[in-house]
Amino acid sequence: MKTLLKISLIGLLILISFFTQAQITADQVLDKVKDNMNANSTITESKMVIRGKRNTREIVSKGYAEGNEKSFTEYLSPEREKGTKMLKLEDKLWIYNPSTDRTIQLSGHMLRQSVMGSDLSYEDMMEDRELKEIYEATIVGEEKIGDRNCYVLELNAIVEDVSYQTRKTWVDTERFVPLKEDLFAKSGQLLKRVKLEDVKEIDGRWYPTKINYKDMLMSGEGTDFIVLDIQFNPEIPDYIFNKASLKR
Amino acid sequence: MIQFILKGIIRDKNRSLLPIIIVALGVTLTVFLSGYLAGVFQDVIQQNARFETGHVKIMSKAYAQNKDQLPIDLALLETDKLKDELQAEYPDMQWVQRIKFGGLLDVPDDEGNSRSQGPAAVMAVSLLSENTQELDRLNIRNSIIKGNLPKENGEVLISNDFADRLEIEIGDEITYVGATMYGSMAFQNYTISGTVKFGNIGFDRGAVIMDISDAQQILNMENGATEILGFFNNEQYQSESAEDIVKKFNAQYENTGDEFAPEMQSLEDQNGLGEILAYSNYMSQIIVTVLILAMSVVLWNTGLLGGLRRYKEYGIRLALGESKGSIYRKSIIEAILIGAIGSIIGTLFGLLATYYMQEVGLDISDLLNQSSMIMPSTIRAKIIPSQLYIGFIPGLVAMVLGNMLSGMGIYKRETAHLFKELEV
Repeated sequence: MKTLLKISLIGLLILISFFTQAQITADQVLDKVKDNMNANSTITESKMVIRGKRNTREIVSKGYAEGNEKSFTEYLSPEREKGTKMLKLEDKLWIYNPSTDRTIQLSGHMLRQSVMGSDLSYEDMMEDRELKEIYEATIVGEEKIGDRNCYVLELNAIVEDVSYQTRKTWVDTERFVPLKEDLFAKSGQLLKRVKLEDVKEIDGRWYPTKINYKDMLMSGEGTDFIVLDIQFNPEIPDYIFNKASLKR
Repeated sequence: MIQFILKGIIRDKNRSLLPIIIVALGVTLTVFLSGYLAGVFQDVIQQNARFETGHVKIMSKAYAQNKDQLPIDLALLETDKLKDELQAEYPDMQWVQRIKFGGLLDVPDDEGNSRSQGPAAVMAVSLLSENTQELDRLNIRNSIIKGNLPKENGEVLISNDFADRLEIEIGDEITYVGATMYGSMAFQNYTISGTVKFGNIGFDRGAVIMDISDAQQILNMENGATEILGFFNNEQYQSESAEDIVKKFNAQYENTGDEFAPEMQSLEDQNGLGEILAYSNYMSQIIVTVLILAMSVVLWNTGLLGGLRRYKEYGIRLALGESKGSIYRKSIIEAILIGAIGSIIGTLFGLLATYYMQEVGLDISDLLNQSSMIMPSTIRAKIIPSQLYIGFIPGLVAMVLGNMLSGMGIYKRETAHLFKELEV
């Protein structure tokens, strides 16, 4: 009798979890992704592997971020890049270069330029709004990426000023980490493809530690962004997100 | 006899004035349009050659495929060696290295913050080396509006309009922000030594000219260039020679499989200039042909009307015993003289109009505000040797042709009819 009860309970739980999963909405998926990927603050040490036509370069940097609107990055190597700093406050981006001792605010078409020759643009770095604020999301199916089952989400822009009109995102159904993303222009042309790999459990959240950005309009294998170390929700002193810290 | 006919032409204005005016007008139009087209097309070709295409241009194969995007990461390397080889192989040409790239110019305020900014199109040429021909080729000396040529590394020229827009003066410091050929960030401070105006909308909008060694340093492109341009020593484009050089040069690298191997293109292979050259020739031929035909038809009619008006005179001359052939020949000689007078006047007026357009020109800068094509902002005509005959011959031919056709009537006339018309 007890065994029958156990089996019934397990069956009921499976059914509940099945229905719960089946009824999950796109917005809920995005919320769960946000819980994994976003934090009040982060300090990240990372390496960018940029594969050019003639050589491959590795750039190491340390980044501080608070919410979505404040970030500060200092490039640590190679020698040519060492000491270059970037500060983003809301929609403004300043770059400091030690060789010229100048702090320059980037704007306009310069924001569409590549960051350090990578497949990432400054505009990509600048986007700080939550996906739910600028896109209407729909789950359009389920697919496998490697051995992971994923929800396929289609995101259509609901505001005008977005870099990508449509996004297609594959989100792990269990860990709620995006594993792949295709970014499209208004014309429907695929502009960029992002692959997120090496998902690790860090501080109780699932986080991809290797992200490959591929500009689909350029040849090559894209740029790898490798997370060497990441701290979630550390205390970051206010002076970091100040223009004065660029020259410090 | 010619003197006799000439006197008749001068004394009887009813006989000569209208045909001379028509011939002169037609010839003026032909001569002026030829000079105008020659000037416009030659200006476009020369501006493109000097600033953009050279008479031939060498790029890496990969760069050539994407040259509109100015992909500096696909630049040619070891260009000094390549340039020396080219100079030895083709001594009747001058070879120069250039780098074109884009970036942002930032002007600091007193506290070093960005005061103004603008996107810059940088052209790096040989400014500081001795015996450089680039200053003359690009007419840089004469294009300076304020200040001087750069005297040392770190000094640049900036287009006058751009300087006005950024509100900068000679001696001010600006910062260039861009990327190196390997994608790293490129920052460099420069001092403005002078401002230039080329009369070319594309360049005057946002150009910066710096020495090529400065560009090589900032772009991490030591001993490299995005392009090597070849110019014939007489600075005149020679289509057949250029094609021969292109074939011979490209044959060396045909099967290398290296995307950074050099590739040569002639002026005609670039920027649609081949089509413009062909178009200019066709247009000149079409305009001259149409004008000859139109003038012939008008003069034929004028000749017919004149002939009809002079039927009484022809009748009397026939009655006096002059042969039909003699009258016909004299009318042709008369036509030759009238055609010659009209053509000389027309050629003179055409040359004068061309000279005026050559010296003064027509400012079309307002029409080119949105244009990215290398076009002179002032259209100028050009006096060319062919203008001396290009209007004269059709003017003469049309007049004679018109009179020959109208004079045919003389042979069809019966003496009896003439007497009847004379009411004798």
